Amino acid sequence: MLLQQLTNGLMLGSTYALVAIGYSLIFGVLRLLHLAHGEVFMVGAFAGLIVVLWFSLGPFAAVFGGLVVAGILGIILELVAFRPIRRRGDNYLAPIVSSVGAGLVLQEVMTKLFGAEQQGFPRQFAGAVYDLGIISITSTQIFIIVVAFASMIALHLFVTRSRLGVAIRATSENLEIASILGINVDFVIMLTFAIASALGGIAGVLVGLNFNAVSPFMGIDMATKGMAIMLIGGLGSIYGAMAGGLLLGVGEVLSVAYLASSYRDAFAFGLMIIVLLLRPRGLFATGIGEAR
Amino acid sequence: MTPLLQVTHLTRRFGGYTALADVSCDVAAGTIHALIGPNGAGKTTLFNIVSGVLRPTTGTLVYEGRDYTGTRADQVFAMGVARNFQQVRLFKGLSIVENVMIGCHARMGGLVRDLANLALPKPATEIAARRRALEMLELVGMGSRTTGLPQELTLVDQRRLEIARALASTPKLLLLDEPAAGMNPTEVRELAELVRRIVALGITVLLVEHHMRFVMAIADTITVLSAGRIIAQGPPDVIQKDQGVITAYLGPAP
Amino acid sequence: MLGGYWDSVAIFVGINVLMGVSLYIPMAAGLISLGQGGFMAIGAYTSAVLTKEGFSLALALPAGAGLAALAGLIVGAPALRVRGIYLMILTLGFGEIVRVFFLNFEPTGGATGLGGIPPLSQLHWVVLACAVVIFIAWRLRGARLGRAMIAIHEDDVAAEAMGIRLVTVKLFAFAVGAGIAGVAGVFYAHQALYIDANQFDFSRSALTFLYVVLGGPANPLGPVVGAVLVTLLPEFLRVVADWRMTFFGALLVAFAIWRPDGLLPAPRFK
Repeated sequence: MLLQQLTNGLMLGSTYALVAIGYSLIFGVLRLLHLAHGEVFMVGAFAGLIVVLWFSLGPFAAVFGGLVVAGILGIILELVAFRPIRRRGDNYLAPIVSSVGAGLVLQEVMTKLFGAEQQGFPRQFAGAVYDLGIISITSTQIFIIVVAFASMIALHLFVTRSRLGVAIRATSENLEIASILGINVDFVIMLTFAIASALGGIAGVLVGLNFNAVSPFMGIDMATKGMAIMLIGGLGSIYGAMAGGLLLGVGEVLSVAYLASSYRDAFAFGLMIIVLLLRPRGLFATGIGEAR
Repeated sequence: MTPLLQVTHLTRRFGGYTALADVSCDVAAGTIHALIGPNGAGKTTLFNIVSGVLRPTTGTLVYEGRDYTGTRADQVFAMGVARNFQQVRLFKGLSIVENVMIGCHARMGGLVRDLANLALPKPATEIAARRRALEMLELVGMGSRTTGLPQELTLVDQRRLEIARALASTPKLLLLDEPAAGMNPTEVRELAELVRRIVALGITVLLVEHHMRFVMAIADTITVLSAGRIIAQGPPDVIQKDQGVITAYLGPAP
Repeated sequence: MLGGYWDSVAIFVGINVLMGVSLYIPMAAGLISLGQGGFMAIGAYTSAVLTKEGFSLALALPAGAGLAALAGLIVGAPALRVRGIYLMILTLGFGEIVRVFFLNFEPTGGATGLGGIPPLSQLHWVVLACAVVIFIAWRLRGARLGRAMIAIHEDDVAAEAMGIRLVTVKLFAFAVGAGIAGVAGVFYAHQALYIDANQFDFSRSALTFLYVVLGGPANPLGPVVGAVLVTLLPEFLRVVADWRMTFFGALLVAFAIWRPDGLLPAPRFK
């Protein structure tokens, strides 16, 4: 029973982690609270759904579709909604307003294109159920866990092994020094948006598969939880976001099982407040938290 | 007479780095006491501790015979210890006069008075604070620059403004961290006159300064810090001849 | 007086002005809250329960405001240790916790909400409340407390070294803001006549944030202008009918680029 809960929690948590990593990456380079990130996640989910419904392709193609569309959307948002504000000075409130605006646009456009109702993946996607004795797991659940962890490992390798990944980390340490060191900061920021958004898009498809529901408003809760996880993990910390996401996923599932299920959506924030009281800078403080 | 400020066996560590090691020094009331030493000697750390911005790792601080070690910065200020900042820290959202008025805040009553004042068209404390602020600007030689925002001033005027802000609280001890930095010889001479005028008002001055001619001209007592330790203490003419001090500044004699 | 429809529009504009000022005051001290909707909910539910029991608005209003202010003090205490983005997300979390609480709290209707609230929000009371809080916000700018708030916003280390007690000023700003959001909630409940938890969700808090940032966070009249504009704008965008939110969103982006510091500049005080 407990093992079953842990598996479910890990699966849910891995999708939270992907969203929260996006927040952390973007916060890292820009110190920006990107309130439209939940909508990027939602658009990714729709992209996955379309790949499946219109082109009759499988789950891997759906993930790929979500990744590409969300990644491109991230770049567009950076170019349209954020870069022009940066050009005009270092105001840090205006980009938040801009992100709210972008989120509203995305919500309504998706509602107009696909309707406000929830939509599901075709039935054959439910997959086989494997009964392993102590736990039972569906092929969809295995797929979600494998894709989410593979994405995180890929990100880890990218930021530690590749020049561009190192450039992202350098920029998130200090944007000015990075630019003095000859890093093309604008390019790095755009790349960060693309990666963060692509991860969000993957998460969107995975969550859509998991709950078999995609809707234009699915990003709202995910966004607020993603921000809570970022704080739990420590602002700007990629690994903190991973750990925080998994922690929250397991915690939520356990709270539904053993506590009051109706308070599930408040669990993330309760956990966040407790963590902040004990460790004001999150579990994996990076030292950039004090910015502003 | 007991000294105004007594610093005893003060040590401050940052992680593994010891910024101040067993520093003891007395500041006599009514004097100009200068703190000198090479960069990184721990002078600003000492200032931050005396003003309550930092806490000492060990050691005690006594002001007017009372131990105030560990007291919060705002309470230290209310006791009568005011300061400026080496890197000027004025409030950009407030006008020049308002910046000085901040210095009067500690003596303008509490929250209840504040709320009552919101209903009054021209509260008495507000008028008094503004008058005092203008006097202080006059005192530091900025009587003609009272409107506008602090960031519109030259760096030298910004330093003067910080001194006015500190003085507005009628402190007994004024801490000046490199007030002469960036000033030309005329401005330094004006600053020396200003410091003498401040002392004439009965205010004790403790200052950190690199400008040696300025220090030697106005200081009554000099404490020399090097690498977090006191290496010499005494009147200017003694310090000038101290071999240890010369070595600390210039390196060992060949 | 105005007709029924415009009366109602004016009351909702007034409620949003109250919300704008409720965030302006803590923001003047550098405390950005993304949880004002939570304080509004506390004011709304508290007062609605009282007036449904037959108590007058004269009692329900201070009760709602007071409880919201108390919640502000409780949230503000941990908030003293964090700032910036931390504080924004912390208050966002508080707002969500309040929402989930009312969603599950059966005595106030739980998920079905609370209906049958007497229609006690009269326009002149709303206008009066707006006038009072705008007056307070304006007077604060030229008073000791308001200057201390700005000083803390600019540089809290220097502010403390200049004798400003950070705890008092920050908690004051936070609690007063929360109390004003509570007042907005009281009027909201007695105008909408039916409330449920999701009316006070994150989008309510985010809108409140928009009022202040768009109007000009450095000007006491900024949140007023911002609230009026943002509330009425969708009304004017009726011409684009189905694409209202898209236009509204695009306008927000354009505005943030055009005027990153908000519509009204900081007032020049001597």
